[in-house]
Amino acid sequence: MPKGIIHEFTKGLWEEVPPFRLVLGLCPTLAVTKTVENAVGMGMAVIFVLTCSNIIVSLLRNLIPKQVRIACFIVVIATFVTIVELVMQAFTYPLYLKLGIFIPLIVVNCILLGRAEAFASKNSVILSLADGLGIGIGYTLSLSTLASFREILGYGTFYHIPVFGPSFKPFSFMVKAPGAFVCLGLMLCIMNMLKKK
Amino acid sequence: MENYIVLAISCIFINNILLMQYLGNCPFLGVSKRMETAVGMAMAVVFVLVMAGAVTWIVNHYILKPHDLEYLRTLSFILVIAALVQLVEMFLKKNIPALYAGLGIYLPLITTNCAVLGVCLINMKEEYDFMQTLVSSFSYAVGFGLALVLFAAIRERIILARVPKPLQDTSIGLVTAGMLSLAFFAFKGMIH
Repeated sequence: MPKGIIHEFTKGLWEEVPPFRLVLGLCPTLAVTKTVENAVGMGMAVIFVLTCSNIIVSLLRNLIPKQVRIACFIVVIATFVTIVELVMQAFTYPLYLKLGIFIPLIVVNCILLGRAEAFASKNSVILSLADGLGIGIGYTLSLSTLASFREILGYGTFYHIPVFGPSFKPFSFMVKAPGAFVCLGLMLCIMNMLKKK
Repeated sequence: MENYIVLAISCIFINNILLMQYLGNCPFLGVSKRMETAVGMAMAVVFVLVMAGAVTWIVNHYILKPHDLEYLRTLSFILVIAALVQLVEMFLKKNIPALYAGLGIYLPLITTNCAVLGVCLINMKEEYDFMQTLVSSFSYAVGFGLALVLFAAIRERIILARVPKPLQDTSIGLVTAGMLSLAFFAFKGMIH
């Protein structure tokens, strides 16, 4: 049994790591990876919502009628997103302002609905908890990796700490919208190359 | 009148929902492989987004605001959108079967299109009045359609090109979207 839990947890970190292996939830991936700080903040919010919604959906999996399950999942997810939104507004206001509408938009992040539908509605509470944590942490790591590239090249800093000397000229293309698309595309390409080997 | 035109241009080109605000990228990459599917999706989004914009504005101003329930915005908007999409689908199926045949399969997908919820939230954040909400919802949807159709046209050509193996499919799609986004970036100088 513990082996199963460990497997469900670790698959989110590499085998099925979103958004590279599971190409879901691209919008926040592109939008919040300007700086590492934003990416980590977004990742934390997703970990919380994903773990909680997985637990609740898994607890209710025998009570929810099949025909209305998607609507029920969305209500569960939206409830936790509202909690996160209010908590962030209270305790991390500057980050709340930076992430803007992408916090309420966690509701329509396909990863959450995808895990509720594909995993939590079919498995026990403990396994769903492991799955939620694993996928959430994997998502945070991918966001941070992408954000590191973009922040280092685009601003010359890492978590607001300068990494290059004063003569560095920021490559501002990377932190604008076009850079986000190109950077994510190239990272997918690298992941495909690694998968081959 | 002039204000509305400026708002429309800004929503279609300068703040293009797909390429500048990064919303609705999942369907953008998902349905853009063929021209017909892209056109179908674009039309469905225009249709639903205008209605969703209007209904969420009414919900926000006449139900949530008077009762101080604005923290329930996310929850109520997503329910309104889900119900609206279902309603539109049933209405079209019964009354306008020709349009239903065209939009049919794309309608349910719109519920989880973050562009729809995103635009509704942007409308509230910018505190638009009812008329502005209608104009901005329509223009954002047109911008979505424009970008989607342009992108689908490019992607149909890419299939014929010899793309290196690891770059194929989504990867080259994203790089192409980046180039398209760069082109839209040039519109930034249009309005000061």
